Amino acid sequence: MPTANTRIPQIFEKREKEIIERWLDQQQATGRKLTGGERELVNRQSREFIRVLRQALERDSTGDVSGPEWAGVRDFLLDFTAQRAKDGYSPKETAGFIFSLKLPLFSALRADAGADPKTLADDIWLTTLMLDELGLMTTDAFQKTREDVILRQQKELLELSTPVVRLWENVLALPLIGTLDSARTQVVMQNLLEAIVQTRSDFAIIDITGVPVVDTLVAQHLLKTVSAARLMGADCLISGIRPQIAQTIIHLGVDLSQVTTKATLADAFELAMRRSGHRVIRDTPAAPAP
Amino acid sequence: MERIPILKMGEFLLVTIQVDMHDRLAITLQDDLTEQIVKHRAHGVLIDISALEIVDSFIGRMLASIASMAQLLDSETVVVGMQPAVAITLVELGLPMYGIRTALDVEKGMTALRGAISQAGRDGDSSRIG
Amino acid sequence: MAIRVVSADSMPIRVSDDIVLVRQAVRKKSVALGFGLVDQTKVVTASSELARNTLDHGGGGSALLEILENGTRQGLRLTFEDQGPGIPNIDLALTDGYTTGNGMGLGLSGAKRLSHEFELWSKPGEGTRVSILRWK
Repeated sequence: MPTANTRIPQIFEKREKEIIERWLDQQQATGRKLTGGERELVNRQSREFIRVLRQALERDSTGDVSGPEWAGVRDFLLDFTAQRAKDGYSPKETAGFIFSLKLPLFSALRADAGADPKTLADDIWLTTLMLDELGLMTTDAFQKTREDVILRQQKELLELSTPVVRLWENVLALPLIGTLDSARTQVVMQNLLEAIVQTRSDFAIIDITGVPVVDTLVAQHLLKTVSAARLMGADCLISGIRPQIAQTIIHLGVDLSQVTTKATLADAFELAMRRSGHRVIRDTPAAPAP
Repeated sequence: MERIPILKMGEFLLVTIQVDMHDRLAITLQDDLTEQIVKHRAHGVLIDISALEIVDSFIGRMLASIASMAQLLDSETVVVGMQPAVAITLVELGLPMYGIRTALDVEKGMTALRGAISQAGRDGDSSRIG
Repeated sequence: MAIRVVSADSMPIRVSDDIVLVRQAVRKKSVALGFGLVDQTKVVTASSELARNTLDHGGGGSALLEILENGTRQGLRLTFEDQGPGIPNIDLALTDGYTTGNGMGLGLSGAKRLSHEFELWSKPGEGTRVSILRWK
């Protein structure tokens, strides 16, 4: 990073108004069409950016944007990027905010260079480096915003994909679809236990028909869930044990002797009903009229 | 000195734990309970932990201890009202809680006790330690 | 980016009432950090186990509660220290179900399971330091 003092602070001193005007024109020329309100916002943001940029340059004119004097600029860009991402701008349009400042700044520098090409070259180089760093900063921030959204959506998906179904007044069913990793197990346990409390159920049937792989970890997670439900006074049954899974479980040496298992959800439901003292009676059809 | 109150509820005793237990209180509770079980010839004890936001291995050991001791006195125990967050944490903590009967609330706890008592009666062996 | 310590509070563990105070302080900090209820319960329970160990086996000591920052991530680190007899066989002590006769084993391995990170230092005759960390 060049450490020579640049003329940029003085350029702003002399020509801030014209730089900002040209910058706004440049943004409009290279960006999307904006409504009146959006243009107002961009104007405000542009002026604010120049303000914090000048502040930073006053404290440190080397243009090293990672330094403490540039915290104001970095904070501005983080907020700016988050806003843009939320408003549906693309990463290119967001970084474009910064990059479109190059032309007006270069023009101003050139107009002020006088007869010294070397100084001009140095200043342009410095300006480019500084604005490139800042532009890339918005790209990183944009990426991070996207990642946060994905994480939040994953969490919501996780909660949605573990529904607890009330089969009868005291029998719950938990059809698991997909893998059962430790994050999912936490959500499953929370949903199940909450449902047990709310419905005062005595039985919970965990159906694993939709769980493709049952290895030692998955088995452990299942057993944890069963133990947790037991502590809430509910008996757990596991259904949907396919023949291959039964074999795997035996081979792994997982101890499921404390848990009642059934091949199908229907069998488990019938057992739960019997255990809770229910009987299913079919009405005999009425005799046909004579 | 503070004591945890023990209430008589029909043929059962009800203990409601509401405070953060420390060692002295736990020992006092076990002593008091022993006395009350014998005094009232109670066949069942309900321990309500619905107010406990934390159950660590100390409390776990105390509960197991109470259950064993009650059984020696021909009485069954049920722990009721465990909070979901506590249940999930206990399972993760790895506290076995074997031999401790649990139920959702006092009502279900009493049903469980009646079942357990009649089972113990049928088995005819009241000195079994589980 | 380096891990920053945002705040640090020290608490003595000398009598059994101190264990309750430690739990309450840990609860307060985890609520402030925005931990969900289950995560709060896990970290408070772990702190209860370790505080009890410090008291019962370490002859008393102290707890250090630190809020950490790693970039945008925040976490709660708890360190329990004593100048007690130390743990002669750490591997054995961390084995599930191991007990020296007064139930210390479950406390250590349990606290480890309830935390994201776990560090144990102990020297017989010098003391023990256990550190657990839970990220938000």
